[in-house]
Amino acid sequence: MNRRHFLQTTAAATVVPALLSGLPIGAYGFSPELYELTGGATQTDHVLVLIQLNGGNDGLNMVLPLDQYSALMNARADIAIPEPQALRLTSLTGLHPAMTGMKNLYDNAQLGVVQSVGYPNPNFSHFRATDIWTSGSDSNVTITSGWAGRYLNGEYPGYPTGYPNAQNPDPLAISIGSVVSNCVQGPSVNMGMAIASTSSFYQLLNGVVDAAPNTPAGHELTFIRQVVQQTQVYTTAIQAAAGRARNLSPLYPPAGQNSLSDQLKIVAQLVAGGLQTRVYVCNLGGFDTHVTQVPLTGSTTTGTHATLLGKVSEAIAAFQDDLRRLSVQDRVVGMTFSEFGRRIKANSGKGTDHGAAAPLFVFGTSVNPRIHGTNPVLPQNAGVNDNVPLQFDFRAIYASLLKDWFQVPQSTLNALLPSVGGPFPYVPVIRPGVINGTTPAHLSVTGFRVFPNPVREGRATLAFEAQGGHVQVLLFDALGREVARVLDRNLPAGACELPLDMSGLAPGAYHCFIQEEGRSSSQLVALE
Amino acid sequence: MNRRAFLQKPAAGVLAAASPTEAAARYEAASGGDDEKISRFANQELPRTARSTATLAPYTGPWGYSQAAHLLRRSLFGPTRQEILTAAGQSLTQVLNGLLAAPVAPAPPVNVSATDTSVPIGQTWVTQPFDQNVEGVRRSSLRAWWLGQLQQQSVSLAEKMTLFWHNHFVVELGDINDARYGYEYCRLLRQYALGNIRQLAKEVTVTPAMLRYLNGNQSTGGAPNENYGRELLELFTIGKGPLIGAGNYTTYTEDDVKAAARVLTGWRDNATTLQGYFTASRHDTGTKQFSAAFGSRVISNGADQEYKTLVDMIFAQADTARFLCRKLYRWFVYYVIDATTEQNIIEPLAQLLISNNYEVAPVLRALLGSEHFFDAVNMGCLIKSPLDFTLTVGRQLQVAFPTSSSLPTQYSVWDYINGITNLQQQVLGDPPNVAGWPAYWQTPQYYELWINAVTLPRRNQLTDALISSGGITRSGFTLRIDAVALVQALPASTASDANLLIGELSRLLFPIPLTANQLSYLNDVLLPGLPDFEWTVEWQDYVANPTNTAKKAAVQTKLQALLRTMMGLAEYHLS
Repeated sequence: MNRRHFLQTTAAATVVPALLSGLPIGAYGFSPELYELTGGATQTDHVLVLIQLNGGNDGLNMVLPLDQYSALMNARADIAIPEPQALRLTSLTGLHPAMTGMKNLYDNAQLGVVQSVGYPNPNFSHFRATDIWTSGSDSNVTITSGWAGRYLNGEYPGYPTGYPNAQNPDPLAISIGSVVSNCVQGPSVNMGMAIASTSSFYQLLNGVVDAAPNTPAGHELTFIRQVVQQTQVYTTAIQAAAGRARNLSPLYPPAGQNSLSDQLKIVAQLVAGGLQTRVYVCNLGGFDTHVTQVPLTGSTTTGTHATLLGKVSEAIAAFQDDLRRLSVQDRVVGMTFSEFGRRIKANSGKGTDHGAAAPLFVFGTSVNPRIHGTNPVLPQNAGVNDNVPLQFDFRAIYASLLKDWFQVPQSTLNALLPSVGGPFPYVPVIRPGVINGTTPAHLSVTGFRVFPNPVREGRATLAFEAQGGHVQVLLFDALGREVARVLDRNLPAGACELPLDMSGLAPGAYHCFIQEEGRSSSQLVALE
Repeated sequence: MNRRAFLQKPAAGVLAAASPTEAAARYEAASGGDDEKISRFANQELPRTARSTATLAPYTGPWGYSQAAHLLRRSLFGPTRQEILTAAGQSLTQVLNGLLAAPVAPAPPVNVSATDTSVPIGQTWVTQPFDQNVEGVRRSSLRAWWLGQLQQQSVSLAEKMTLFWHNHFVVELGDINDARYGYEYCRLLRQYALGNIRQLAKEVTVTPAMLRYLNGNQSTGGAPNENYGRELLELFTIGKGPLIGAGNYTTYTEDDVKAAARVLTGWRDNATTLQGYFTASRHDTGTKQFSAAFGSRVISNGADQEYKTLVDMIFAQADTARFLCRKLYRWFVYYVIDATTEQNIIEPLAQLLISNNYEVAPVLRALLGSEHFFDAVNMGCLIKSPLDFTLTVGRQLQVAFPTSSSLPTQYSVWDYINGITNLQQQVLGDPPNVAGWPAYWQTPQYYELWINAVTLPRRNQLTDALISSGGITRSGFTLRIDAVALVQALPASTASDANLLIGELSRLLFPIPLTANQLSYLNDVLLPGLPDFEWTVEWQDYVANPTNTAKKAAVQTKLQALLRTMMGLAEYHLS
């Protein structure tokens, strides 16, 4: 990292100091000096969010090859999305119409699409294919550890002995859902902490446990559950991080309607709260659409698969919006994956059977916002066994993410992802400007400041250089509640100074948040 | 550090001013203190949940898997599915007959160490001369052998009752420092495990291990040692009642302790014959006057038979029977004994014990065959001891142990298990003190003493290691749960149906039913985000191709995740 990038990331980090108060030295931005000083793991504040779509996602109905429509309609007229309904990313490629959120992300340069990701000799068993994807093994090789787990094990050798500790007080990985994902399984132990469900997360925050029957067995059960919760060594770290940040996006649907959204909300809160955790794994099930992935009657743009894709899109869009409002968007990159795609040809039950390669998404302000690869070329009359051929080995994506996002050297990558087909080619899923520091992902509002700070007698001034266009200035209290909308209108370009009236507010800490097209900043304001 | 790095550091430091301390504080809070002995969540007072009002009347209700499982969980160290099914197919009376039949006495422990050259490996050392240099390996051999008796137990109450008597007539192998005495003590407990308590009390009194442990061997007429006399009354027989006067504990007095000590003078242990022996010249031949608690009974000189008179006198008191029955109740049923339980269960049980001349088997038959025992209120409320927990994992989940074809390996693995239970704060042969494990007497926490921030993670580490593909290797032998084999042993229709499979494993592993939410959660562990039929497809695909490693790995990963999660549930610590 060069000096300029360091200062930039530092500046970015200073905008919401209260939210970062728990970060130890060097937890943001890579600093080789600090790395040497601490002698520890690579210092990084980067976060990777993996979203597992369980069941095998029908990629051909998610990323639509507009130049292949005659072949597509031959193969799956029953279930295909009508071409005019595609949300066009380019003239050749569209998205399922349920994915308006993803379309917006693409338009705002926060979404990359990787076409036809798979591996040689695809396996059609859910369990085995999931193991291949999570372990990063060749198709005919069994590796019991997970690819991200091996990465973390290299960074934190000896885990879990001696963890947590003062340098590493937080979970190395968190998976939300019923199992600790095999992605973060290390060579001997799982490197991740499991949060069994979103409700168990809120129980953990509140220190409560499931209700048990009012019997002697129930009495002992409650006692043991309390100790179970107590001995989750990261409870305090999670509680502290959650206590430092609140979700700010209004785009999340109400809890219980979209389980992926509920999970990503937790991730955003923990990242913003300063948890040093590098890898999060979330999941959404139900993609095993053998029958009626579209309705028996009516539009193919609705039904089971449309609902699932709508959830993915809604959840990721809300998550990105939340990360932006929390000023941590540049620290987070996400990736979706599924154990396989589905067959080109639909079956007779308005569904699709287990297939092979499929597209995946990478998202975040730091991703390369483009379509990697080309539309799959489909046979004009696909048979029942025809599959989408692979363009990218999934491990090429893992390797490129590890290299660009976590600065993992090539030699380490080769060891982490052993394969007869390796080493894997580089795929620029992260924006080059982010990697070499020439183009920071995140732009601040020029010259933004509130003064005097602390504010006395409720009167302050806010100043910035407007770039011309719509400007919004919001005031949030320490819990993340909007308490004032200071400004919400168009302004001409030029220096701007406006009064900030805080006279009606209780003394305490507030965040003053400003955004204009493509830029945002915030400042902690103390009101005396 | 160069200047640039120096300049960078404060910039970062400003933001993170409080962090190192805060991080440390978080860590300390999270670890809950490494020395926690009693959980902060354990009872502050005895729970007031309703107790069963059911009586000792013979149970005549439904008899099936859950009743058989309840009886065997409490009677064994982890009944297997087959043992439960067999019991469910018999009548309750048949099962009790089997549980109460005394098994053949096991052969004594053998030498497995090259250090002990007194006998070849594979032969017993229990009658060899004492040698301090090999005392350590002999003691390990004894402990390993004992653990082996539990691990290899038949469907019999013998081992759970042997452990009961160990916890009752306590000695500590570490204190007596002679494994041969230790073995003789174990043999005695096992001989009377299901037999006559009064006779056991008599023989324990003069067994060399006890004579040494509670200093009976130093008690002479000129200088009586009260240690054994006191524990005999307070802990081993009649128990201490409320203090109702100076030195008066209702059931006995301080003067009774002194009188008992005088009765017991003259006994010593013989390291050659491995027996207690009596020396008339060391005995107090005077008359011993007991208090009104014993009807002002006088015991006159009876030389080497006098201790029997003392034990008979104590056992003639109904409070002795009550004390023993309460202890049995807390061992087999629950630790809360309220007034109703005292009246409905303890009192009639004590009368039964007396009318049966202190034979324990009829009392066990009555208690374990009662309406009270099978009341749903009494199911699942016992917290497994470390021995119960550890052995249950191995027995119920069919972990293979080494056979006697390699005795050193077999003993080494048993020894390893002793180390595991020791980490969980219970080890065979060494209760923490003469009162036994506090989980059976320390009010108000009782069983909850087994679980704290230190011991619970150790339990989880054990189950996590056993369900991992690598298992635990000791002396070249690998202990592991073969999840696939376990499921393959189930009926095919159960194994291939996700929900039937989860239900079958649940009723084996948990003493109380899981909620619908929990079952659905387990389903999601087995089949993340997938419909149920995919389990059937994948399982049958494996069964049709049993030598295909990829297909086996596919189902194995899922079953391991399922079992790991099940063993991580709080319910798994209940019996």
